[in-house]
Amino acid sequence: MITDRRPRFARLISWGLIASAAAALALIPLPLVRTAPRHVTLRVEAAQFAFAPSELSVNAGDTVTLELVSTDVVHGLYVDQYDLGMEADPGQTSRLTFVADKPGSFRIRCNVACGQYHPFMIGRLTVGTPIAFWRAAGLALLALAAILLGAVRPAREAAA
Amino acid sequence: MKPRRMALSPRGMNLLKRRGWQVALSTVMLAGLAFTAVAGWIGTPIGSRNFAIAFVWIGWFAALIILLIPIFGRGWCSICPIPLVGDWVQRGAVLGPQRRQPRGLGLRVPAILRNMWTQNAAFALLALFSATILTSPRITAAALVGMFVLATGLSLVFERRAFCRYVCPMGGFIGLYSQVAPVEIRVDSRATCAACQTKACYNGSPEGYGCPWGVFPASLTRNNYCGLCLECLRTCPNDNLTVRVRPVAADLAVPSTRHDEAFKSLIMLGSAMVYAAVLLGPWSAFKNAAFSTGSLAWLVYAAVFLLLVLGVLPGSLWLVGHFSQRLTPRGETTTANPSARAGSAFAAFATPLVPLGLAFWAAFSLTFLLTNGSYVLSSLSDPLGIGWNLIGTAGVPWQPMLAGAIAPLQAAVLVGGFVWATRVARSVTARLKLPSVPLIGFLFLPTVVMMWLLI
Repeated sequence: MITDRRPRFARLISWGLIASAAAALALIPLPLVRTAPRHVTLRVEAAQFAFAPSELSVNAGDTVTLELVSTDVVHGLYVDQYDLGMEADPGQTSRLTFVADKPGSFRIRCNVACGQYHPFMIGRLTVGTPIAFWRAAGLALLALAAILLGAVRPAREAAA
Repeated sequence: MKPRRMALSPRGMNLLKRRGWQVALSTVMLAGLAFTAVAGWIGTPIGSRNFAIAFVWIGWFAALIILLIPIFGRGWCSICPIPLVGDWVQRGAVLGPQRRQPRGLGLRVPAILRNMWTQNAAFALLALFSATILTSPRITAAALVGMFVLATGLSLVFERRAFCRYVCPMGGFIGLYSQVAPVEIRVDSRATCAACQTKACYNGSPEGYGCPWGVFPASLTRNNYCGLCLECLRTCPNDNLTVRVRPVAADLAVPSTRHDEAFKSLIMLGSAMVYAAVLLGPWSAFKNAAFSTGSLAWLVYAAVFLLLVLGVLPGSLWLVGHFSQRLTPRGETTTANPSARAGSAFAAFATPLVPLGLAFWAAFSLTFLLTNGSYVLSSLSDPLGIGWNLIGTAGVPWQPMLAGAIAPLQAAVLVGGFVWATRVARSVTARLKLPSVPLIGFLFLPTVVMMWLLI
């Protein structure tokens, strides 16, 4: 019996290509635009339950000094993934200096229980390009392309 | 080809038919509910140090979204303590059927309320106050007690579990996403049910209660309204009901035709996005508006929230359905399926939002759980936040877990949910003989927005 294996072969090839592209998008280091490292000082005011400014941005490789000033109760500032934190008493200024060597978008959050909405006292520090988001968006685009090109089949039961 | 399903073994079925374990588990949960309410009311007002907040909203909720619903569907409902006392009072029994007539008025829920609109309204209402409920132990305690009292009161007025079926905001949430679970209870043979004289599964028998959810099991095609209470396994005189393992999301093969369910999907999708923006985002004006309940800013926030979940998202989906129909040459839409003609592709088009919405909530919960999970450990040891150290974990400092893995995990969950949703979208549009591209585009946009909010 002669069986036409082309559709199955073509599907295997297309899935192989999609998987390779997905792996590349997810894992390959992206060429980053490097600027000369600077020393950046950013002053952040903390008050129940927000940071001001709440969005900070530096270049990858910069040496960053965060100055935290609390204007009401004791607050803290913790940088996700950098695992760095500090606390500031009311009216006092605390400083934290680090090298922003991990590019991406990181939440900064209060790490001292400062009142009812403390868990949601969150800001954002962007270091260079927010790579994780672009990788995720790239994967979604790849999935969209694969879907529109017919590589993803309809759910099984409905197709029956 | 019909997907295969695997029935639970006879030994497993016999175990499930026993009532004792379920009553015992539910009673433990009832004790847990009472303890949570007490802890919330008399414990420390600092949410992260109070069991009512740390355990319920960080531990239980994340477990529900990430594990329980995707695996067991409405498994939580089968041991939920909220309707338990109402059941006992209504039935006049704790362990098994002893009375033929239920206590209470036993009224039928009015026809106008026999749908998901009340649940939709209840969830939207809770969502408006979510920032306060999630952070205030006393308000969490009041909400839990309020639900318990309402469930018990409705059991005395209406027959069966009116609260669970038509009111519970969490029940609507769990029911919607239980469609993806690989577990179901279904009849083996509909002919056997048709020939059955007693319909004990619905009417009850000395072996068990009639379906508390008001469902005739022979008509079950989806998990939404089956509370996995297991009573039908006990009552069926023909052993015609089986717990089966099935392919995931099998319920979504047949698109929904109900607008209340469509709105449920949209409210859930929109709520996940608003929660991600307000609770995890950096925008302080948005946060302050959500936190200042009753103020003008909060009213604006409430209006924006309601406009998004009840206006923008449904309107966009309706336009996508309308556009898809316009793209299809007249006569090519299936005349066998009225939903494709009547401009109500809307309800069917909401079906792919089920896997997408579940992915949104799972991605949102991952941040919440992994960042704040250490609060659960400390609250277990010191549930009232008054200096106890019952299991030696009270001093566990706040520390995010797997911080570097959160973004990749969220990306994987969101991309996976999107792909899954598009598979469902393609099967839905194929059934309606409509083009799939507009619907897939509609699914893509909120996915990227959610990525931007979370990652």
